[in-house]
Amino acid sequence: MSASFTSEEIMTVAAARMLSDGTVCFVGIGLPSTAANLARLTHAPDAILIYESGPIGAKPPVLPLSIGDGNLAETADTVVSTPEIFRYWLQGGRIDVGFLGAAQLDRFANINTTVVGPYNRPKARLPGAGGAPEISSSVKEVLIIVKQSKRTFVEKLDFITSVGFLTGGDAREAAGLSGNGPTAVITDLCVMRPDPLTRELKVSNIHPGVNRETIKASTGWTVGFAETCEDTPPPTAHELETLRDLKTRTALAHGIQGDAE
Amino acid sequence: MAEWMTLADAIASYVSDGDTLAMEGFTHLIPFAAGHEVIRQRRRELSLVRMTPDLIYDQLIGAGCASKLTFSWGGNPGVGSLHRFRDAVENDWPHPLAIEERSHSDLANAYVAGAANLPFAVFRGYAGSDFPRVNPQIRSITCPFTGEVLAATPAVRPDVAIIHAQKADLKGNVLLWGILGVQKEAVLSAKRAIVTVEERVPSLDAPPNACILPHWVVTAVCEVPRGATPSYAHGYYERDNAFYRTWDRVSRDRERFGAWLQYVLRAKDFEEYLDLQRDPQVQAVYQ
Repeated sequence: MSASFTSEEIMTVAAARMLSDGTVCFVGIGLPSTAANLARLTHAPDAILIYESGPIGAKPPVLPLSIGDGNLAETADTVVSTPEIFRYWLQGGRIDVGFLGAAQLDRFANINTTVVGPYNRPKARLPGAGGAPEISSSVKEVLIIVKQSKRTFVEKLDFITSVGFLTGGDAREAAGLSGNGPTAVITDLCVMRPDPLTRELKVSNIHPGVNRETIKASTGWTVGFAETCEDTPPPTAHELETLRDLKTRTALAHGIQGDAE
Repeated sequence: MAEWMTLADAIASYVSDGDTLAMEGFTHLIPFAAGHEVIRQRRRELSLVRMTPDLIYDQLIGAGCASKLTFSWGGNPGVGSLHRFRDAVENDWPHPLAIEERSHSDLANAYVAGAANLPFAVFRGYAGSDFPRVNPQIRSITCPFTGEVLAATPAVRPDVAIIHAQKADLKGNVLLWGILGVQKEAVLSAKRAIVTVEERVPSLDAPPNACILPHWVVTAVCEVPRGATPSYAHGYYERDNAFYRTWDRVSRDRERFGAWLQYVLRAKDFEEYLDLQRDPQVQAVYQ
């Protein structure tokens, strides 16, 4: 790993790059929000950020700590009610990209954020769905951003909260879901994309300084690599400077030492 | 017809043991003062409904007020877990908590259905997920025009809704702005509605199309300045992010939570609770 940037920074930068300018993006809190705002502050100034609490076209000067921070409302083009967000804007088909996180993920990019262990006697009770099930089934394209480890990238989910490609192949379409589903999973080690036929996630880009063995050891299934697998270009000076500046401003604004996440 | 009264009187008059209670506010305008008053009056067996339980329901659950929770995202926003909620679900402490788990899209639609006096919500949702397996209330309905299969879930029809807003006038017309969440729908879906406000004003001076709840859909209105803290009230005060982080420490441990709870019970109202926060003994609970 190069000393000039952290694994979290390359993950955030790689995710931000996937958001093209002018895209309408439904943003979750945490890493997705960091990546979407980095995109807006670098190559995608006209990206439209929508938060489920109601702000449409939010341009927060610092990263929000919660999904409904005041700076989202103050900088938005408009603020609508939460039912309107889900009914007219999400279900209405107005969103291009949904950015999601995950507690557990399987090889077909299905997501669990509900429980670890049996549902009625969970080992760990996680926060639950939030907006994710309908985001993953309503937007044109889902991007998943999540730190990679064997605990997170599992062979079998304890619960399917949000659907990726179910059992692979055309299972997603057969279940009646619209949208293209997850098009990329961005981690601190690599980028994975679904195989066009089997829909199983394959490594498509490896971040600088990471080797294949590390990725294999951090994945709970036998992970495959795309034939065209390439290296992720390292962050540019501009990307890094913008990200660090955003994080510093955020920490100052929220009175937090260190990282805002 | 809205009646101005103290928050203590409003909770005593309109919230009973066993009620279905929805306290809404999406990160913004969370009615914490009202939550504390419910704890102080030791309500029991409540069936709580809320999209994001947040700290307010973590406190009610830990205090033993709830027997059921209907929700769609149960975390401490930007911080992590709700430990009292988790302790109830994972260990039945202080007693078992039944859960009815849904998604944001579902609950938002279900409040709209309740406000519209419909028995159920219909929307595109849950396809392929495990939710219908664990929640038998999540069903489907076939569109009579196109044949499309859609999700159908019961409307939310609380006995009582409680929200916090910025202002109300002398008659009890309520004005709120900023992030509105599902507050309007919660009030209109409920049999009774209690609204706490930052201030009572002679006139709202609101532009057309402002979000106003007319006095005749509100049961009780109570002036409670800072009544949404540690969440925020747009135009009045900021979110107390430090308290959300401190809560992680307070709620993680049953004894420490118990010590915090004593200060809620000891205070005669929310104002006194807020004053107590400067007390070195209370500060010690937070360290």
